[in-house]
Formats: sequence, C-alpha cells, structure tokens
Amino acid sequence: MSGADGAVPATSGPLLATRGLTRHFRIGGLRGHTLHAVDGLDLTIAEREIVALVGESGSGKSTVARLLAMVYRPTSGEIVFRGQSVSSFKRRRDLLGYRSQVPMVFQDPFSSLNPAHTIGYHMERGLKLHRPELDREGRRSEAERVLQLAGLVPPSAVLAKYPFELSGGQRQRVGFAQALSFKPKLVLADEPVSMLDVSIRIGLLNVMTSLRDDQHVSLLYITHDIASARYVSDRVLVMYAGHLVEHGPTDEVLHQPLHPYTRLLLSAVPDPRAELKVTSSDLGEPPRVVGPGEGCRFRWRCPLAQDVCGRVTPRLQEATPGHAAACHVTVPGPAAGAAPAAQGARLPGDA
Amino acid sequence: MSPQAPLPPPSAAEAPDVAAPRTASGPVLSVQDLSVSYWGGAGPARAVDQVNLELAPGEFVAVVGESGCGKSTLLFSIAKLLTPPAEVTGGQVVFGGQNMVAMTDKQLRAVRWRGMSVVMQSAMNALNPVASVRAQFADAMKAHGERRKDVVLARSEEVLRMVGIDPVHLSSYPHQLSGGMRQRVMIAMALLFSPELILMDEPTSALDVVAQRSLMVQVKQLQAQLGFAIIFVTHDMSLVSHFSDRVVVMYAGQVVEQSPTRPLFDGPMHPYAQGLLEAFPSVYGPRVPLLGIPGNPPDLAQLPQGCNFNPRCPRATDRCRAESPRLVELGDRRVRCLLYEPGGTDGAKP
Ligand SMILES: Nc1ncnc2c1ncn2[C@@H]1O[C@H](COP(=O)(O)OP(=O)(O)OP(=O)(O)O)[C@@H](O)[C@H]1O
Ligand SMILES: Nc1ncnc2c1ncn2[C@@H]1O[C@H](COP(=O)(O)OP(=O)(O)OP(=O)(O)O)[C@@H](O)[C@H]1O
Ligand code: SF4
Ligand SMILES: [Mg+2]
Ligand SMILES: [Mg+2]
Repeated sequence: MSGADGAVPATSGPLLATRGLTRHFRIGGLRGHTLHAVDGLDLTIAEREIVALVGESGSGKSTVARLLAMVYRPTSGEIVFRGQSVSSFKRRRDLLGYRSQVPMVFQDPFSSLNPAHTIGYHMERGLKLHRPELDREGRRSEAERVLQLAGLVPPSAVLAKYPFELSGGQRQRVGFAQALSFKPKLVLADEPVSMLDVSIRIGLLNVMTSLRDDQHVSLLYITHDIASARYVSDRVLVMYAGHLVEHGPTDEVLHQPLHPYTRLLLSAVPDPRAELKVTSSDLGEPPRVVGPGEGCRFRWRCPLAQDVCGRVTPRLQEATPGHAAACHVTVPGPAAGAAPAAQGARLPGDA
Repeated sequence: MSPQAPLPPPSAAEAPDVAAPRTASGPVLSVQDLSVSYWGGAGPARAVDQVNLELAPGEFVAVVGESGCGKSTLLFSIAKLLTPPAEVTGGQVVFGGQNMVAMTDKQLRAVRWRGMSVVMQSAMNALNPVASVRAQFADAMKAHGERRKDVVLARSEEVLRMVGIDPVHLSSYPHQLSGGMRQRVMIAMALLFSPELILMDEPTSALDVVAQRSLMVQVKQLQAQLGFAIIFVTHDMSLVSHFSDRVVVMYAGQVVEQSPTRPLFDGPMHPYAQGLLEAFPSVYGPRVPLLGIPGNPPDLAQLPQGCNFNPRCPRATDRCRAESPRLVELGDRRVRCLLYEPGGTDGAKP
C-alpha cells in the first residue's frame, strides 16, 4: 500500500473525500425502524485545511466522524484517503497506519478513557502503537509536550492521574493531546472544546491553527460554537437531519448563508453583550430521520417551503464557486429552471 | 409559592437561621463556608474553598470559572454526591432547613429526588447504559409513586417533545443517542417532577444554539410557573448574560466575584472576571488574534502565596504576592481582590 504511509508524498487531490457516504441504524428492536443518521454525504478535506462541521444536535456529525475514523462501517458510500479507498485497508498494518494519521477525538471524554488506568498509561499505550520509532524516553517527553500544548500543566503531575481525578474539561483535553501525539495528518475532533472556558478554549484553537500553518495538519472541527468555527476554519459544512445542506468558505457561509437552516442557526447565535433575541420556546418538529422518505428534511420548519420541497430531495447546488447549498428555493437547480449553478444564482430577498 | 419573577438576591450579611423551618421568603439553599479537598499524592487539593452561597426560591444563579476550578465539585458537594478521595473539610449545606452534610443516606434519598434534581456534566455517566429511555423515565416516576402506565407514557412523551426529541427515542438506549440528545434526556428527567432546586452542570454544552436557546426559554418558563431555583454551571457567557439573575465567578476553588448579572457584565470588578469577559471571540466583529488570559491554571495542591490569581494578574503588586484577599462586600456584590480592600494595592485604583 502507498497512501496510508506518512513518507509518501500527497497526491494532488484532496486529502480525504467521501462519496455518497451513508449510515443507517436499526432502532426499536424487531418491529423497529430505520434511522437515517447520515445520507449521501459528499465532502472533501484538503491538505492543510480546517473544516468546521456544524449543525443541529442529532444531525449526524459524530456519525460522520466515526465513519471517517472507521469506528462505524458505512451502510453505503466510500471514503477516499489520499487517493485510496479506506475499505481497501484490510491488513492490520494499513489500518493502524490510517488510524495514526487520522485519529479521532471523541465527543464524550467521560467514556473514552479507561478509569482503571492513569493518563500516563493511556498516552504511553497510544504512542507505543502509533509512534514505534520513539523509545521510552522519547515517549515520555512527547507525552509531556502534547499535554503542555493542551494546557494540562504540570504535565508530569497529569500523567500520574487517573481519569476520575480530572475535571470534565481536563479529560476533554487529554483526548485532544493524545490525538496530537500520533503526528496526525487529519484530526477528527468532535466537539474538542465544548467543556472549556473561553481562555483555555482560545489556547486550544490557537494550537489548531498553528498545527495547520506549521505542520500542515488538517482538521475536521465539529462544533456548536460558531464564533470559534469562524475563528479557525477555512471552510464550513452545515448538516441538518443527516444531510449536508450547505458548505463553503467560512466567511461566505457566515455572512451570506444560503440554506434556510443555516440562516436560522446563525440568527440564533447569541451575543453576550446584547439583549436576548430569541424569545420563542418553539423548537418546531424534531427533525424526522426515522423513515424520512423523499423531500427536504427541513420543510416542516422552513419559512420558505413550497410543494416541491415535500416531493423532491434538494441536492447541493453551487451558488458561487465553492459555496453550495441544498434548497429548492434559495438555490434553485437547473431542473427548476434557474440559471446554471456556476453563474451564481441570486437569492430571493438578497438586495 | 408565587410564580413570580426572580426575587432579589438575599441579603448576604446575615447568616440564615439553620433551625428555622423554611418559609416562603427564606432561602431554598444556603451554603456556608463550605470547603472540599481531594486527598492525593501531592497533598490535599482544595477544590472548594470556603464558599458561601444562598439561593432564593425561583432564583437562577450561574457559576462560571476556568476548567478545573472546582465548579463540579461544588455541585457534587451540594447534592452530597462526593465520593472519596473527596472530603468536606468544613462548612455546611442547608437545604429545606436541614444540613445535608450531616444527613444519612436514607434521609438523603428522599431529599434528593423530591426536592433536588441534578443534571450532571457527563450525561453518559449519569444515564444507565443498559436501560432504554422509557425504562429510565418509568423508574424515576416510580420513585415518585407514579406507576400508572398511561400516565407514565404520556408524561415521558411530553417531556421528550419539550426538549425537542422525537418520542421514537423512548425505546433507544443511551449509546444510540447523540451527545446533545443525551443531555436533553437528562434535562427532561430533571423536569419530570417539580423540584425546589435543580443543579445543572454544563447541561447544554452539546447543543446547537437553536436548540439551546429554545430549551433555555422553556426552562425559564417552567421556572416562572413552578418557582424552582437553579444553579447553572456553564462556560457560555451568553447563557449567563441572558438567563441568570446572579453570577458566581470561581477561581482556584474560591468565589472571587459574586454579583447580580447585569452589573457584572457592565463592569466586572475582579481582574479574572475582567479577563474572562474580554476573551470571547465574536461572530461578526473583526477577526482579531485571540489571547485569552495569559498563564496557566493553578495547581490546587500548590497554590501561590498571597492571592491565588497573582501570577496571572495584570494588576498584581507586592501586596498581592504576600496577602490573601478577603471576600469584600460592596453593596449587592462581593469581590475577592486587594484592589477593593482598604489600602488597595499600593494606592492603585480599581
Ligand atoms: N449507535 C447508534 N445506534 C442507533 N442510532 C444512532 C447510533 N449512533 C447515532 N445514532 C443516531 O444517529 C443520529 C445522529 O447522531 P450523531 O451522534 O451523529 O449526531 P450529532 O450531529 O453528533 O449530534 P450532537 O450534536 O447532539 O452530538 C441520532 O438520531 C442518533 O440517535
Ligand atoms: N477524584 C479526584 N481526585 C483528585 N482530584 C480531583 C478529583 N476530581 C477532581 N479533582 C481535581 O479537582 C479540581 C476541580 O475539579 P472539578 O471537576 O470540580 O472542576 P470544574 O470546575 O468542574 O472543571 P471543568 O469546567 O473542566 O468541568 C480539578 O483540578 C481536578 O483535577
Ligand atoms: S488581589 Fe492582586 S493579584 Fe489578586 S486579583 Fe486583585 S490585583 Fe490581582
Ligand atoms: Mg455529536
Ligand atoms: Mg466540571
């Protein structure tokens, strides 16, 4: 194999791409239903790129990360890493190589560390597996280096602790530090800063940008903190109910959101200095991902919904180069009689 | 209990009468000089250091502070959920007229579910991994004497809808839910009944802002109807700003500032609180480099001489490196910083 080996130069394509990535779950026992956690997802992550993945709670973000980390198998679709389909990684060595290069930071730091072992044990074990070139001494200093980077100080004291001796935010940073110790190419970071105060959060965000800038590491940064996504990411992906509904350069998505869900999301971003804007407690219908059928999954909550939205699932259409959304109304496709996508469709309501 | 807007903060000066039965106007909870240490190899780490806190019925108090400063430990000690090596080394927690610190397990069980609900920071740890959501709700309701199947089901569906989860997930197990869905299930459980006090430890950190906002608005509406008090630990300053009546700022186990919410945002007094409020990035303003608060969080087992914040404080002077500040009362606010004590820090003005 060639792709999953750090020594081989990258191909010109994206670092990672998915085609039609889909994952369904059976829930509710025998008489159960099919839950569409992720449906037909096409995404790309370039070398040296931070891609933020945002979206509604339960929309499938963690499932995407777990699919990319090969924790879950896709129901269908493909993941291509440096030009190679990850489903071709069968031998232990190839899988290990992939996992070293594409580590995942799990969302729940309380269940991802074994309570029976110290942080030192966890770090040591990971390093033994993923950095065989390091000797005992080297592993120790690498462990201390990454803990320090994550603001866990003094690192020597942290190494001696058991997971239950750490606070929520401290555990969260252990997971992040561990991923860094593997010398990754792409870190799948699932809400890595959700339990951190602003100051430590900023420290970690700065670690992320310098990883990208200095070591050419890419990140998939899953977050609910839109301000931090804006601060670190090059591109933003927005998910709703298992679908990718919008993606594009960060500033474009945040300043000219195309999809009605993205607009709703951004309109709810709070400003602590200003008065509370949202005063409605109406959550709307929970998104239907159990046996969803055809049509746009946002239509029950969408202020712009039309007949077609209930019949045809909208596909991603580019409005401007690199900025696409899946909405019949704001980005009408060629089928709906609009101008070809690449020419930049005008939005209704845009002055 | 009147479904009123939050009451004014209780006067901090007088200690509540412990023996007196709770009256409508008395505090729901009174934490007095509470200290908690973890006993470890490096000696005791004092995660809660002489904390005083009172909550009036219907009040919403936010607790903020750096990761590792002792917020969860404080909530755990209020709910009497601490386990060794944690130990309450002093003070008391008076809830419903009784000192929780001295309570037996049996007395405690009754109080905990009837009077107090807890939403823990780790929803995954708090939920039973091998029981469906339906079964966990039914168990909780059984503990409250409700066994009628139709009532249990109807109420379960109702609270799930309230937090924006499709009721098909009643048959789901915790691992089948997303992070934010698990948090919402925990909140729904706390709302199955109407306790007098709900302790919430970062209950919405895994929620998108749309869900978070509407959930919080609902919690506030329920609070206005039912009059329960809330202690809410969070890192999200906009939640604090929009939903809390009062804020407690912790640093290294101590309360360093306590204030009604608006005045704190208009003018934080403690240098740590000032740094905290300046630090957060904006979605729309210019994209400037972010600095945060320089320096590292302190090691609770090896605190500096003098003020705990002095190694990182932009205002620190020699006096700060020698003398520990007291919690000074200034009107309805309290602050622990020598700048506000007589003599100040060598005449420097706050
Ligand atoms: N192992 C599983 N079995 C069954 N259903 C699952 C499983 N994992 C996830 N799901 C379902 O898939 C959907 C997407 O979950 P996922 O964890 O990917 O959401 P998310 O976008 O990460 O949400 P959050 O922001 O709340 O963490 C949810 O409806 C969830 O119930
Ligand atoms: N079982 C334990 N043994 C020893 N030390 C502990 C234990 N549990 C917590 N600590 C320490 O006590 C301090 C306070 O922890 P706590 O969980 O209360 O912090 P927190 O303010 O809730 O932080 P976070 O915001 O990260 O959740 C931390 O520095 C932690 O390392
Ligand atoms: S007492 Fe001194 S070091 Fe402590 S916060 Fe005040 S000015 Fe800073
Ligand atoms: Mg998730
Ligand atoms: Mg905590």
